[in-house]
Amino acid sequence: MNQALPKLTIKDYASDQEVRWCPGCGDYAILKTIQKLLPEFEQPKENQVFISGIGCSSRFPYYMNTFGFHTIHGRAPAIATGVKLANPELDVWVITGDGDGFSIGGNHMLHVLRRNVDLQILLFNNEIYGLTKGQYSPTSQTGTRSPSSPKGSIDLPLSPCEVAIGSGGTFIARTIDTEAKHLAAVVTRGHDHRGASFIEILQNCPIYNDGIFENVKDKKIAADFKVELEHGKAVIFGKQQEKGIRLNHDTLRLELVDASSEDVLVHDETNKALATMLATMKGEGFPVAVGVIYREDKTSYVDDSQQQLISARAAKASLQELLQSGHTWEVE
Amino acid sequence: MELAEEKLHEHHLDEKEVVDVVVRFAGDSGDGMQLTGSNFTEATALYGNDLSTFPDFPAEIRAPVGATFGVSAFQIYFGAEDVTTAGDALDVLVAMNPAALITNIANLVEGGLLIVDSGAFTAKNLSKAKYQENPLEDGSLDRYRVLDIDISKQVLAAVEEFNLGHKAGLRSKNMWTLGLVLWLFDRDRDSTIESLKTKFANKPDIANANIAALNAGHAYGETAELPAGIHVYKVPRAKVAPGTYRNMTGTTALAWGLIAGSELANIDLLFASYPITPASNLLHELVRRREFNINTFQAEDEIAAVCAAIGASFAGALGVTSSAGPGIALKSEGIALAAATELPLVIVNTQRGGPSTGLPTKTEQSDLNMALYGRHGDTPMPVIASSTPGDCFDVAIEAVRIATKYMTPVMLLSDGYLANAAEPWKIPDVASLLPFPVAHHSDPEGFRPSLRNEDTLARVWAKPGTAGLEHRIGGIERSFDTGDISYDPENHQKMTDLRHAKIAGIAKDIPLQDVCLGNDSGKLAVVGWGSTFGAIHQAVKRARAEGVDVSHIQVRYLSPLPRNLGDLLRAFDSILVPEMNTGQFVRLVRSEFLIDAEALNKVSGQPFKIGEILAAIHKKIAQPGSNS
Repeated sequence: MNQALPKLTIKDYASDQEVRWCPGCGDYAILKTIQKLLPEFEQPKENQVFISGIGCSSRFPYYMNTFGFHTIHGRAPAIATGVKLANPELDVWVITGDGDGFSIGGNHMLHVLRRNVDLQILLFNNEIYGLTKGQYSPTSQTGTRSPSSPKGSIDLPLSPCEVAIGSGGTFIARTIDTEAKHLAAVVTRGHDHRGASFIEILQNCPIYNDGIFENVKDKKIAADFKVELEHGKAVIFGKQQEKGIRLNHDTLRLELVDASSEDVLVHDETNKALATMLATMKGEGFPVAVGVIYREDKTSYVDDSQQQLISARAAKASLQELLQSGHTWEVE
Repeated sequence: MELAEEKLHEHHLDEKEVVDVVVRFAGDSGDGMQLTGSNFTEATALYGNDLSTFPDFPAEIRAPVGATFGVSAFQIYFGAEDVTTAGDALDVLVAMNPAALITNIANLVEGGLLIVDSGAFTAKNLSKAKYQENPLEDGSLDRYRVLDIDISKQVLAAVEEFNLGHKAGLRSKNMWTLGLVLWLFDRDRDSTIESLKTKFANKPDIANANIAALNAGHAYGETAELPAGIHVYKVPRAKVAPGTYRNMTGTTALAWGLIAGSELANIDLLFASYPITPASNLLHELVRRREFNINTFQAEDEIAAVCAAIGASFAGALGVTSSAGPGIALKSEGIALAAATELPLVIVNTQRGGPSTGLPTKTEQSDLNMALYGRHGDTPMPVIASSTPGDCFDVAIEAVRIATKYMTPVMLLSDGYLANAAEPWKIPDVASLLPFPVAHHSDPEGFRPSLRNEDTLARVWAKPGTAGLEHRIGGIERSFDTGDISYDPENHQKMTDLRHAKIAGIAKDIPLQDVCLGNDSGKLAVVGWGSTFGAIHQAVKRARAEGVDVSHIQVRYLSPLPRNLGDLLRAFDSILVPEMNTGQFVRLVRSEFLIDAEALNKVSGQPFKIGEILAAIHKKIAQPGSNS
């Protein structure tokens, strides 16, 4: 890194383009938080690269005064992999949505996570297709009424964090668009993580799916509907932090208990089985888990690729020698 | 259309000295015929003949033993004159079992030499090949010179001392046979022995058993009392330009051409691809060459492969992706993104029989229309084709040059035949190759992502990591002036025109079309592109030797076309366009130049035979000229 980088501010990270999301869209809050956060990383601005697919969220790079590439639907993880392989020094972000990332681009998401390519993947989940005017998405709740499902959708939704864990992701977190402090803290940890960090951001679409995350966003009631996970801390929630989660060792299921209970679960973000349960908690009274759900240390794909290159390039390569390798013969 | 009756080969094996010979090794896919063929090729190249080879293998990795659909063959044409195809009819057929015999015997010339392993002509194998009677006994092979040897028995005796057991011992059958054929054409065994030692460096017993089998086959030829008319044949050495030569397959030439291109452009290269027959070998070759400034990425699918390549190009390296027809179809959206954002990209299409899975291991030229037109929107793209295995080297360099100079995707068309075929290749002096170094933009002063070179119209290449050049690009139409998103109607017209003008302008930067054989005007020009080169060349050569006024033109640049091509074609009374498709290039010639060119089409998964093109020349020349 260069010495004595000029101190950057939120303004340095805002491009000159007029932001064109719908009024009240959760994307504004996410944009602000990221623009404000980046100067804190104290990295050269020119090394920041934002890659997106197609969808409302994928307009994000246009508003960042960094290098940005608005690509094609679902393919941002693959393009970002190419960017990172070509120049591992770059700090590469993938901006995607529930449709882009898990419908048309589901395959690439699976593989970028399994390979552990060193990227930050921000998945804006609003459980709806916004840009195409409101059809249900792979994360929409069953029964979602939309232009393409007037009687209610019959698809079963997937849970992005669960799929990310199942794909072999090494950093899985969930946060909320308007919770700037929490969002910034989670993204910072994801940025520090070596490998693919997958961050699901619950994001409100005020036009086509307004209020679906109200339980976890409304300050008056959110404490009862979400639990903030912290490594090594008890998994407790509620207005008075009076409720807790425990693991029933006989049924291997999570249960609601009193926060004072002795066997309240202590979050261990390196425990994959518990992480999967916490990511998918459902049912009467169970909260939505936010924070870093799972993390493990593994070498990143790009590091391993670089290692092979270093070893392959230990000897000086000569094209002329290559052409003349093997059997050759002279014609006089 | 009706294909010409195949003209039987002129040179039967009657003389002790023969000008050229076609040999085909055929056996089970597990019999090692490809290895036999490539070792024979090596020995033949070292002997000094010109040659061309054609491996022909089934889609099944290991078909049931003895099945006709599991027959794997390797054909080589070698001689004293320039050889550009793997030949038409066979002078020598080596058939390791009844299935290999029944699927190939029709191509053996009358009086040709047939070598069979009689030990493999068991009742079971005969029935699998659907022979009612044993052809070795029923007189049906009387038209040929038959050398039936119980090769299985000979091999087991030759390798007995190594105690490999029956099954492992029989694996050396191919080397025994190779030894015999090497003797037949007076070829040296050294290169084969050397390659066996390398291949089985960790299994000296296997290496030694194979060498013993090879020597035993050779000794058999020297000592056994062979039927009359079977003896050593001398094929005089070819007269070729002085220099250092090696054997080259299209795949290796293409891979090395990409490496050379990256060196000449002075740029890193990321090769991203997904395995598909017959294109996978390019990835296999390049992953072994990462000592050069290239990296490889086996993507999760075809789309990810093209996208990773585009990502690499955005980051300032050159992205290259590769596939065959169905995979190229999947890449189409990505290719258009590269065209829209004006990033360099090379797409190698090793064409195979289509549509859909089609004939994965067979060759065809049926993706030309897809290469020229197969994208949404008005998306022009340069398309170039290689015509011989060695030519793949030069064409790969040219693809890298055009992609980086004009900031555009470029499609390179090869095919299944070129990929696997081999020919002697004169090794170029690397210092003589013309460099075309890439200059990434670095000056922040007045920078906009829409800056472009006034001559080439190429957009500026500003890579991430360069301070002051932060910018956004994307698939949404970009303003001509700023590069920002623009929905302005006039701007879209301007950008569409610009994209066309940029690609059309490349015509100024490519060589004028030449005539590779014959005069640059006359009665008939046979116009080809891609791997039809060899067959057209031989056919035109033979026709000219007969006194026919015919020329051969082989087009490398398919989009944009060479700027003199129309005038050149108009200088001939008539035009014949042989293609391994239903007439894709001929339609381009007709629509582009309003020339009444005639098609000669073949889509059997097999390359053209010389005789087929020669017959079409005769037929065409007999008609009155039609170019009016």
